Amino acid sequence: MTARIVIVGGGSGGTITANRLAEELEPQIEAGEVEITIVSDNPNHIYKPLYLYVPFGEATLEDASRPLVDLVDHRVNLVFEHVTDIDTDSKSIATAAGSELEYDYLVMATGAIPQPEETPGLGDDEPGHHFYGPEAAEDLRTALANFDEGHLVLSVIGTPHVCPAAPVEFPMIVDQWFRERGVREDIDITYTYPIQRLHGVRPTAEWMVPRFEERDIDSKTFFNVDSVEDGTIETLEGKELDFDLMVGVPEFTASSLVQDAGLGEEWMEVDRHTLESDHAEDVYGIGDVTNLPTSKAGSVAHYASGTLVSRIASEVRGQVPTATFDGKTICFIEAGTEEGTFIEFAYDREPVVRDENRFLHWSKLGYNEAYWLTARGVM
Amino acid sequence: MSESIEADETVDARGSACPGPLMDLIGKIKDVEEGTVVALLTGDEGSKNDVPEWVEEANHELLDIDDNGEYYTIYVKKT
Ligand SMILES: Cc1cc2nc3c(=O)[nH]c(=O)nc-3n(C[C@H](O)[C@H](O)[C@H](O)COP(=O)(O)OP(=O)(O)OC[C@H]3O[C@@H](n4cnc5c(N)ncnc54)[C@H](O)[C@@H]3O)c2cc1C
Repeated sequence: MTARIVIVGGGSGGTITANRLAEELEPQIEAGEVEITIVSDNPNHIYKPLYLYVPFGEATLEDASRPLVDLVDHRVNLVFEHVTDIDTDSKSIATAAGSELEYDYLVMATGAIPQPEETPGLGDDEPGHHFYGPEAAEDLRTALANFDEGHLVLSVIGTPHVCPAAPVEFPMIVDQWFRERGVREDIDITYTYPIQRLHGVRPTAEWMVPRFEERDIDSKTFFNVDSVEDGTIETLEGKELDFDLMVGVPEFTASSLVQDAGLGEEWMEVDRHTLESDHAEDVYGIGDVTNLPTSKAGSVAHYASGTLVSRIASEVRGQVPTATFDGKTICFIEAGTEEGTFIEFAYDREPVVRDENRFLHWSKLGYNEAYWLTARGVM
Repeated sequence: MSESIEADETVDARGSACPGPLMDLIGKIKDVEEGTVVALLTGDEGSKNDVPEWVEEANHELLDIDDNGEYYTIYVKKT
């Protein structure tokens, strides 16, 4: 009997997992005992963190995209179709193109989908910009290039959102970018956040306070955007803020597959240590689609894939799986265009943010290049 | 237990880390009618401070906080 492992989604979590499984189970694949398939609706793999650099003209959409066939081990089958149904009783999935695939082990890696249309101020015909999708990031580049005076507001509107660092980085990069262009004096920058401090992760919030003060970045907390009209944001708390250029962090949801397949009410519900579905046998979740109590970040998918690969490989070999995920999360944080830092934490380990320096900025830029090796499962 | 308080809506944010529980509560308060009592279930210690602070800021009413051992139930009335 061949063990069929099907991975839905060819983003960070799906690709790393497939490549590492192919490596780990090489003898079984060669012997025809294991088959690995990625089903993804995008033939390209997107490295989304580069979208942060697109508005500043420091990366292009092409830089962020590579064909999955070039990244995925040749022993992994690729199916480029949109999955429409998952039946965890008959252990099969169906696609929009009419294919049916049966699985013995299913890995959900469908990510988190931005919902600008559902987010006040964002979406078509709305004044707000964002950088969480390809067209949006390019539109923001045009808007920023034409902006040389007025009030720019970066507003974190929805949570959970992907990447806890991006909203911290954007105001700091934009501040320095405007300085380099010689227009900073004519521009006010305000950052808003829904709760009573600048960031959900307390040490990050504490790190931000003096840095924002130094850079003259104003901030507003307890700021939950309710409506946006005619250059004015109104909040649930009854505040008002005028803007000339608004950049928002949208709300995100999981694929509707999750709810339809009974895998979770909103996000896919998994055991935080084993990554096994709370609701179905032989179904696992990785990356942004899950309800793991940590950040929706590529590093989480990266570290969790080690656990997932080890557990699935043990199952396939008839061994008792013992690997567990400790919630390890690492995020680089750009502190402008020349310095950076990073934050690291786990379920049971408090976050620490170190002082920023040039080396860590270059480490982030270096990692952006080296990421393709991560996707390949090499590092 | 606050046996006298009956919640009209319950938000179960157990297992979710900060600022998840507060944000889940805010999302719910946004959608319900004035006068609705929402019970937030949260295992996050920080919620005990974060939630009352937001409730005051946004002018809603904090009815009670129950400690159930493993988690808290925080009752909020939308005003
Ligand atoms: C602007 C930005 C900046 C970021 N910066 C950082 C950072 O600095 N550090 C960091 O760690 N993380 C960062 N992230 C987050 C990181 O990109 C995500 O956490 C990571 O991509 C999650 O991987 P994933 O596999 O869960 O989902 P994704 O990489 O989003 O992949 C999901 C895949 O599933 C496919 N798919 C979805 N639905 C279906 C379906 N029904 N059928 C078939 N295929 C489907 C999609 O096409 C896609 O291939 C950033 C994200 C953004 C947007």
